[in-house]
Amino acid sequence: MARSVTKQQKALNTAIAWTIGLLIFFPILWTILTSFKSEGQAIADPPIFLFFDWTLENYAVVQERSNYTNFLWNSIIISVGSTVLGLIVAIPAAWSMAFTPSKRTKDILMWMLSTKMLPAVGVLYPIYIGATKMGLMDSHIALVLVIMLINLPIIIWMLYTYFREIPGEILEAARMDGASLKEEIIYILTPMAIPGIASTMLLNIILAWNEAFWTINLTVTKAAPLTAFIASYSSPEGLFYAKLSAASTMAIAPILIMGWFSQKQLVRGLTFGAVK
Amino acid sequence: MGRITLDKVTKSFGDVNVIPPLDLTIEDGEFVVFVGPSGCGKSTLLRLIAGLEDVSSGQIRIDGNDATELPPAKRGLAMVFQSYALYPHMSVRKNIAFPLKMAKMDQAEIDKRVNKAAEVLNLASYIDRRPGQLSGGQRQRVAIGRAIVREPSAFLFDEPLSNLDAALRVGMRLEISELHERLKTTMIYVTHDQVEAMTMADKIVVLNAGNIEQVGSPLDLYREPRNLFVAGFIGSPKMNFIEGAEAAKHDAATIGIRPEHLDASATEGTWTGKVGVSEHLGSDTFLHVHDTGLAETITVRVNGEFGLRHGDTVYLTPQADKIHRFDAAGLRIA
Repeated sequence: MARSVTKQQKALNTAIAWTIGLLIFFPILWTILTSFKSEGQAIADPPIFLFFDWTLENYAVVQERSNYTNFLWNSIIISVGSTVLGLIVAIPAAWSMAFTPSKRTKDILMWMLSTKMLPAVGVLYPIYIGATKMGLMDSHIALVLVIMLINLPIIIWMLYTYFREIPGEILEAARMDGASLKEEIIYILTPMAIPGIASTMLLNIILAWNEAFWTINLTVTKAAPLTAFIASYSSPEGLFYAKLSAASTMAIAPILIMGWFSQKQLVRGLTFGAVK
Repeated sequence: MGRITLDKVTKSFGDVNVIPPLDLTIEDGEFVVFVGPSGCGKSTLLRLIAGLEDVSSGQIRIDGNDATELPPAKRGLAMVFQSYALYPHMSVRKNIAFPLKMAKMDQAEIDKRVNKAAEVLNLASYIDRRPGQLSGGQRQRVAIGRAIVREPSAFLFDEPLSNLDAALRVGMRLEISELHERLKTTMIYVTHDQVEAMTMADKIVVLNAGNIEQVGSPLDLYREPRNLFVAGFIGSPKMNFIEGAEAAKHDAATIGIRPEHLDASATEGTWTGKVGVSEHLGSDTFLHVHDTGLAETITVRVNGEFGLRHGDTVYLTPQADKIHRFDAAGLRIA
């Protein structure tokens, strides 16, 4: 018998879920609202929630003072570049671990995951000095490489779990049917793996887009992405909350929209393997 | 043509010897069933023939040609897998056409063959669907369709019915047997279900721990099992084994008598015992008889309407010419 849930319980659960959801979303909502306020209203005490004089002035000022498109372009290069490069490295790696595992495969996977437990600041020094000595400071190459390496364990893990879901018998059937290794990859494996690769790609673009530690520390202006763009409005400009909010809204908007449209794919990517 | 010969074939995985040297000949057009308990090496043997596993030593010949080193596709065999192994991203039509496409056959011929297979297997009405939209039985038919379009010299079936429900299994069993009648192509069929083996096979190969225990027609195996293992494995319910004094009377270490070769009576007979659990199948009833002093339980097949109940005394008489005798090593005494 299914567990019985009374109407009141249901209503209560819904209310709790909405409260938690709104609580989590509130800072983002507040940022977006603040971006439409004047500086005075932004710091008003008590805070004004909805009834203020809506203005686009902050956006105009932000756009005038810094070149948004430039930062946006850098964000795109870094997130897409590191993801594509990561996939190029991770697909064969995950492939071989999933289809021809050795005794040490599990250990390697654990070791890769363990690198994620290291605080990024722990390796700031060597990477910073390395980037400086090689003349890669404030360059796309450095950021693409570093962010790719940071996300690589996650990319490999996601793809590994996904490839593991492809049944071995299907590959054997293809071999019986006369498919060469190349044909097996083109006609069978790739089409079956594409949903997994796509969700891995989406998630990693988001992770790379939001990465703030390295993008801020390894850039000055040339290669600086939107995270650095937000940061530039925080300290040196003093307490310009409204402008900071406008900059933040502009920075998160593209990825938020992308995430919204691809949420189905993302959820599937994150839960695969959970349900047969 | 599809004559397959295994010559001293062995297979080891690391230190584990799964198949000790094994010889077997499968004649063209035969329906051969490999049967045995889980882990007896029957699937491994099939995969060796398919070329999905490499033999450790020995030779596999197909129609007289050495196929030991040939890749699976070059052996001219088609396989139907337990999980069906359909390509989930392709329609039924594309699934069936796939081996022909790999063989670089021209499109007109592919269409002709796919349509013919679809007709034979009643697949026409869902030919454009994907495997995910089909039932288990339909998927199984698609898998068979993918195998027959290639017109292989032999079909290999790896427990193809074990994922189906009981009713469907009986239906598919008949369909596969009919397919064999029509195509007259060699079929090698792996199962752990002795009923499938008995009903489908021309020749049964009973395997145990990688060894062939006996090869023969279903009735040969039923009538003259070569040893205790085959005697116990073939036939359902299992043969009753009796050791000790009763066996010694027949100059044997063990005697075996099948449940259907015991006559039961409420009044008189050679052996006596108490009725334990009765399994009523309608047409027949299986009585599990205890306290006979012969073995822990003796199973007897009686008429479906047989009157005795739990705890009643029952008299059993074995049919004299149906007693199987085995020596101390478990081998049949002729």
